[in-house]
Amino acid sequence: MSSNSPGPIWKHSARAGVLLAAFALAGGSLLALTYSSTRERIAQNEREFTLSSLNQIVDEHRYDNDLFSDLLMVHDRELLGSKKPVEVYRARMQGKPVAAIIASTAPDGYNGSIHLLVGVNIDGGLAGVRVTSHRETPGLGDGIEIDRSDWILDFNGRSLGQPNLDRWQVQRDGGEFDQFTGATITPRAVVKAVKNTLLYFAAHKDELFSVTVEQPGNQDHASKLPRN
Amino acid sequence: MQASYREISRDGLWRNNVGLVQLLGLCPLLAVSNSLTNGLALGLATTMVLVGSSTVISMIQSWVPREIRIPVFVLVIASLVTAVDLAMNAWFHQLYRVLGIFIPLIVTNCAIIGRAEAFASRNPVPAAAVDGLMMGLGFTAVLLVLGAAREIIGQGTLLDQAHTLFGPMARDWTLQFGADRHGLLIALLPPGAFIGLGLMIAAKNVIDARLARRATKPANALPVATPS
Repeated sequence: MSSNSPGPIWKHSARAGVLLAAFALAGGSLLALTYSSTRERIAQNEREFTLSSLNQIVDEHRYDNDLFSDLLMVHDRELLGSKKPVEVYRARMQGKPVAAIIASTAPDGYNGSIHLLVGVNIDGGLAGVRVTSHRETPGLGDGIEIDRSDWILDFNGRSLGQPNLDRWQVQRDGGEFDQFTGATITPRAVVKAVKNTLLYFAAHKDELFSVTVEQPGNQDHASKLPRN
Repeated sequence: MQASYREISRDGLWRNNVGLVQLLGLCPLLAVSNSLTNGLALGLATTMVLVGSSTVISMIQSWVPREIRIPVFVLVIASLVTAVDLAMNAWFHQLYRVLGIFIPLIVTNCAIIGRAEAFASRNPVPAAAVDGLMMGLGFTAVLLVLGAAREIIGQGTLLDQAHTLFGPMARDWTLQFGADRHGLLIALLPPGAFIGLGLMIAAKNVIDARLARRATKPANALPVATPS
């Protein structure tokens, strides 16, 4: 290679560089095109998916507002289990509060965090709980999914007084709630997270419904509620 | 020098199968083969990318200097996979939620860049496309068999969650064996994937050995069978 003059090598590299840039440009254009033609559909899908999960908890006949534009972000690492602000969807009927659905987290699952939607009626009773994502062991811990077992429905109608606070535990720990055969950690984490969410709701109920959102769709309201 | 389509098909589907012989792309193969539906979906997505990347790479082979061919292949494959990822998110949203990270991870499936380098970049476009298709179908077949076996043994069902791929009408396609959805849990966990794939490779070797014996037998048997 040393016999080659520097000119052709330089030229050769430049040609390769230009070609590579051309391919990068072509690939980038393809992606830009796909992105712009799928973006709206994907956003729509996400909303529909979230809405259908929310409606499983609070039936769509029970409220008449747009849950997405009445979205509040709150932050409470202790009780809601997440470092980041979490969503609170507020359901109202003719302006009157009906229920709040809080996207809380059980940080102490067997295999990391379990993400939940916890619906609390205005009277403090649970409207329902659903798991939105988790990484628990298939066949053991995944009984928390509504598709796999009815376990999660046991929360419906319960509240902080029913059972009493010291019974808000799985049976193995002396509480009211079933555990699964071979998996105690997963239900224990979920029960604790639901209890904490109820505690949060009880402490912040009035603020949760009184804080208004000026710009619909803008998700940056975390600072409006006092941080704990 | 050019391989016939028949040879290409035989290579892709059996003799040089991506999953059973080349043992490329094991990460997605082992991780997603826990049900028939998931296996089929990942297989089809991988096949789509393989056909696309092989066709494009075969088309551009004469323009790409040797020394930048690898980055160009990577660019082509990454662009295609991202486009498929976005398209699936837009049109098969539920399935996209199930397959999650494994769609973008098709990029890292060595089978794809392997076919680009070993076949597509030195063969005409139609042959490259057929090679991509056959390699993809061979991979899909392995995913289907492994997925079905793991689902039946581990969960006692077949075609569970089929509606994520085929739409709402597939909700009642699920076949159930036994009263409840329990089985040998190990089949669903990662070790089950390794054991299953190992058994499949062993079975393929047994079949190959049988075929080879049958092919040689008539030649040996001939003198005995026709006494002179």
